[in-house]
Amino acid sequence: MLSIDGEPVTASQTDSVAAALLASGRVSCRTTAVSGAARAPYCMMGVCFDCLVTIDGEGNRQACLVRVREGMRVETQQGKREAGR
Amino acid sequence: MSTAVALRESYDLAVIGAGPAGLAAAAKAARLGVDTVLLDEQSSPGGQIYRAITETPLRDRSILGADYWRGADLTASIGDSGVQYVANASVWSVSRECEIGVSIGNVARIIRARRAILATGAMERPFPIPGWTLPGVMTAGAAQILLKSSGLVARNRVVLAGTGPLLWLIAAQYLRAGAEIAALLDTTPRENWREALPHLPAFLASSYFRKGLGLLREVRVRVPVIRDVQSLRAIGDDRVREVAYRTRDGAERRMPVDHLFLHQGVAPNINLANSIGCGHSWSETQLCFVPVVDEWGESTVEGIAISGDGAGIGGAEAAAQRGFLAGLDAACRLGRIDRTRRDREATANRQALRRAERGRAFLDLLYRPRISDRIPEGATLACRCEEVTAQQISDTVALGCTGPNQMKSFLRCGMGPCQGRLCGLTVTELIARARGVSPGEVGYYRLRPPIKPITLEELAGLPKTDAAVKAVVRG
Repeated sequence: MLSIDGEPVTASQTDSVAAALLASGRVSCRTTAVSGAARAPYCMMGVCFDCLVTIDGEGNRQACLVRVREGMRVETQQGKREAGR
Repeated sequence: MSTAVALRESYDLAVIGAGPAGLAAAAKAARLGVDTVLLDEQSSPGGQIYRAITETPLRDRSILGADYWRGADLTASIGDSGVQYVANASVWSVSRECEIGVSIGNVARIIRARRAILATGAMERPFPIPGWTLPGVMTAGAAQILLKSSGLVARNRVVLAGTGPLLWLIAAQYLRAGAEIAALLDTTPRENWREALPHLPAFLASSYFRKGLGLLREVRVRVPVIRDVQSLRAIGDDRVREVAYRTRDGAERRMPVDHLFLHQGVAPNINLANSIGCGHSWSETQLCFVPVVDEWGESTVEGIAISGDGAGIGGAEAAAQRGFLAGLDAACRLGRIDRTRRDREATANRQALRRAERGRAFLDLLYRPRISDRIPEGATLACRCEEVTAQQISDTVALGCTGPNQMKSFLRCGMGPCQGRLCGLTVTELIARARGVSPGEVGYYRLRPPIKPITLEELAGLPKTDAAVKAVVRG
């Protein structure tokens, strides 16, 4: 069990954060810093960086490269990264 | 092993990437007595082709097929080889002296190696169509990764669009997993047959022929396949809603869609090799930059070899054989075996490599993506990160900007978080067309380490010598 934007989400052991996000029915994981457009995981292999999310308070993590962990707090990113995160 | 602290200061050989080439190279070298570390960014070995092979939740082996499960021997081979395999290791820098910057779980280290083999594999070629950044649009490879790693398939209206053998394989795997595909939009240009035809005999004699024919049949009986598709567009608002396309009659058709999976072949992932300064050349057949390597994989930088699809697309079996050759050569150059033994042992690998490469030329030419699918126009985004359009790039060339590195200063394209990975080929081809010269003449982005983003905290946390600390600490 992890949380995405505060909501509890169940995931499989082998899921990446990006997989858990999509499996939970979420369509996008962030909005861009340039135009504010919605983005979702695109390549799932660490190349595109479209799946950036905040994990346990640390921003701009590649959700496709991080495994889910019990108690993990995932937050979608809106626009520009906040200073200090 | 999962912590940076467990890494030693130095190794004889560092292999980067645990796909077929990296696994083969590391296991071969280690078995010949080379002290080898294998660093891989993913959580489990196999690369993308054998992704999650040691842990996939898909128990029914027929879903991913025999070619996938063939990777099990390769991943198992590192187990007792003496290789130190390190998962979740993000390599962000390799110097010409083989100093390797690597982060594991947010802890960075610099380790030394006498030699390095880069086995960074391939990535999917960019497919810059209008709307390709909309949520709901992803690469077909991404859909396949979700299937392999998590047993996930997309529900509702799924459309696959593009060209290449992998598109058909993924379609077949999706169907076997019980998913439905509303349509496959085949963008293979019909005129490619003319160029490919002379290579047909070799293809017919290869294993690709039988497998390919089987996949085409398997998909065609269950999925409407629309051929000669051009001018693809993804249409939507906060997510993709429709896909539009034209066929030979020129009329635009639209289809409702919830998930659009794009694919038009793969290209070497050259970021690391480029950042080291290894020489690359433009391949007009494969439409990508390919590192210059010798028959063992040795690059133009001494001590750095490049193996597998990262050194030119050849497929999984060829990648493994090139890995074995690079591993043998590393053992020889590090003094574990002599040249006679290296050459003798390489004979079988070279034969297998030739066999694996048979039929490849036909596939390269038949599935060469159409120019209008590679070089976007107008408001279509070329650089997804910095949201730079094709028109902005063409206009900037007209102002006198002649190369991708200059383009960074003008437009910031290639300077977002993906560090040019996803726009590199598009930007080079856009500039080349606007200038009327070859992509080889335009060249590629000059990439610099760190080639993966790392935090200042990680950099500051690197082990330091007393002298280094004293050099900057007052008092």
